[in-house]
Amino acid sequence: MDLENRKRELVKEFSPLLLKTSKLSKIWMVGLTAVILVGLYAFILQFMKGHIVTGMRDNVVWGVYIINFIFFVCLSYSGAFIGGVLHFVKTPWKNSVARIVEIITVLSLIIGPIFILLCIGRLDRLHYLFMYPRIQSPITWDIIAIITDLIGCFIYLYLTFIPDFAILRDHSEDMPKWRQKIYKYLAIGYQDTKSQRELLHKTTKTMSIMIIALAIVAYSVLAWIFSLTLQPGWNSSIFAPYFIIAGLYSGAAVIILSMYFIRKYLKLDFYIRKVHFTGAGVFLLIMSLLYGYFTFSEYFSRWFSHKTHDAKLLDTLFTRYFWEFILANYIGILIPIVILFFKKLRTIKSITFASIIAILGLWLNRYLIVVPTLETPYLPIQDTREEFVHYSATWVEWSLSFAGVAAFILFFMLLMKLVPIIPMSGIIDQEREQNRKNKKK
Amino acid sequence: MENNEDKKKSTNRRRFLKLGLLSSVTAVAGASVLSNFTEDIEEKKSSGEKVRLLTPDGKMVEVDAESINKYPHAHVNTEESRKGIPNKKFVMVIDLARCKNARKCVEGCQKGHQLDYNEEFMKVQLLQDNEEGSPYWFPKPCFHCDEPPCVTVCPTGATFKREDGIVLIDNDRCIGCKFCVTSCPYSARQFNWGHKEKFENKDIPYSPETSIPAAEGTVMKCDFCPDLLRQGKLPYCAKSCPMGVIYFGDKNEDIVTNGEETVRFSELIKERGGYRHLEHLGTKPNVYYLPAVNRQFPLERGFNVDEDIIERYKDVPYVKEMKKQGKI
Repeated sequence: MDLENRKRELVKEFSPLLLKTSKLSKIWMVGLTAVILVGLYAFILQFMKGHIVTGMRDNVVWGVYIINFIFFVCLSYSGAFIGGVLHFVKTPWKNSVARIVEIITVLSLIIGPIFILLCIGRLDRLHYLFMYPRIQSPITWDIIAIITDLIGCFIYLYLTFIPDFAILRDHSEDMPKWRQKIYKYLAIGYQDTKSQRELLHKTTKTMSIMIIALAIVAYSVLAWIFSLTLQPGWNSSIFAPYFIIAGLYSGAAVIILSMYFIRKYLKLDFYIRKVHFTGAGVFLLIMSLLYGYFTFSEYFSRWFSHKTHDAKLLDTLFTRYFWEFILANYIGILIPIVILFFKKLRTIKSITFASIIAILGLWLNRYLIVVPTLETPYLPIQDTREEFVHYSATWVEWSLSFAGVAAFILFFMLLMKLVPIIPMSGIIDQEREQNRKNKKK
Repeated sequence: MENNEDKKKSTNRRRFLKLGLLSSVTAVAGASVLSNFTEDIEEKKSSGEKVRLLTPDGKMVEVDAESINKYPHAHVNTEESRKGIPNKKFVMVIDLARCKNARKCVEGCQKGHQLDYNEEFMKVQLLQDNEEGSPYWFPKPCFHCDEPPCVTVCPTGATFKREDGIVLIDNDRCIGCKFCVTSCPYSARQFNWGHKEKFENKDIPYSPETSIPAAEGTVMKCDFCPDLLRQGKLPYCAKSCPMGVIYFGDKNEDIVTNGEETVRFSELIKERGGYRHLEHLGTKPNVYYLPAVNRQFPLERGFNVDEDIIERYKDVPYVKEMKKQGKI
């Protein structure tokens, strides 16, 4: 059968990506590991000495950690959302990005919750969450949502991996023994027979619907951690949809960025083409317009009605955080819109540039949601020691943040060593479909 | 001499407690909480008055009434402290007309709860309601809300609302997620960011009612001093205030006292226009304020404090203005 030969060909084509590690990526891996190790040291320091080593104090009790938490978790939800939707889109080009999206989803959902753990003062008592659970606390909802979502996304990712594992198992004669063993184990006896294939497709389809639903629930719960409190900057009814849009915005941007690097360094120009960038770019454009609209609505209504405490918050934003506000909510939204709006400006490089701006802008926007609000409570911060009034993150928080990003990239690189980043089974499926159509003609 | 006597009494008491009489003692002490408020202000010597108590095994014992109240740290275990004192509904009324930022409440509270100089359960804020209104000193404890947002959001039940209206923290249960801190609209909560030697003090067993010893990585806040209430005493802040600013009492009995005068709670609120801060938030606080009218002291008297304390108010518009005019 020619499909079997095609599989062999594909394994041959992609196996260098799995087996060979270029010098550059080795340097990257060492560098990333070093960053992670510094983060690990920072974590040990924080664990031993307590949160006193961070910049968080009585007024700003949540800082960079929770911002990273929202950022990564939203990234994951948007990955789940986009991945789930992609599953239903019938275009040939979706195959090349599907796996990137799924890997982003799972990795960010592993790294995100680590940051919320860093916010917890008594990690030694973490099991109390399960020993004495209280269902009315949004934190409990969030734990349930994240765990469910993590399991769901993991199953989904694995389901999409199975046919590739099977292909690798059948055609990995030249690969080392341990790899063959791993593939055999992970393929769980999948033989690509018609009935198996149908079953797998059906399961994957069900899972993709489920993770879309899960992502929406989990997004909302995450937003509710803030919007269900009484705090002036948080108590907003549009927070849940706002978080969804913001998450999709950053999700699209991170996907574009990953595509760029994968295409460039793994030389996959044939698979990841300009059409992917323009497609994702247009999606990013739509999201940036929506995100800009939500951001505007949120601040505009606060500004227009100017309740005392809202006005105070806006005053903080426009004085102490003036430049951050401009960067996050003007530059971070308008630049991507301008670049992506004009067809002429939509080149691979410019779309990637727009994505970087979007990611940084969004992170800063999250910062402005968390920190200035905590610095502007209902009762003005008075009669407290000077160092408790304002927040600035310490090196411990920064190094742990960078360690999170480094771990994300490193795990991504390692996962790409396990399975080809372009799903081989997807290519086979497409060709099988093509063959059938040809026969009909 | 008196100390020795105290010690003897407290060891007696300990032995007494060891007999397993804890529950009945607390019940009786609880029942007498308010009736003792007024007499309690001056330290009493042995009163000679005897109180009869029923032990769990059905025996009647007689103890000196005074020794019940005097027992310094009647240890109330966590389970007991989640229930609260029966038939009570504690309430605080703060008379803003009398406050001159003497900070005795802050200091008394710090001493009572073994807090550092920089840790305050009670803060004194300098508020100004509007541009025309004159600024006033605003002592701010925990409001022990009837709809406490902090209790709602706590994922482990480390912070809880008791029958008697008090919101307490069990720092053995707290995981330090700080969600309660962010959800409190009154910024009433503090966090123990690092380790301190005093946390290791195991002389007294921990009780949520005393908040001592505090623990690293957990929250703490004003607790309305239920350990003192059980002894029929006023909270540290009310007891320490030389101006009688802070009234404390029981809404069920409709009585509050600042140690000097005892008044009907409902009348006080009605006659003096009592209100609750940020009422519109719907948290239903149990701390009421009497507006700062017909003041007993000019506001400036409040700046008669240490330089570093004055510094804490430097962002208040009024203080900025005064500094510009060189008056502070």
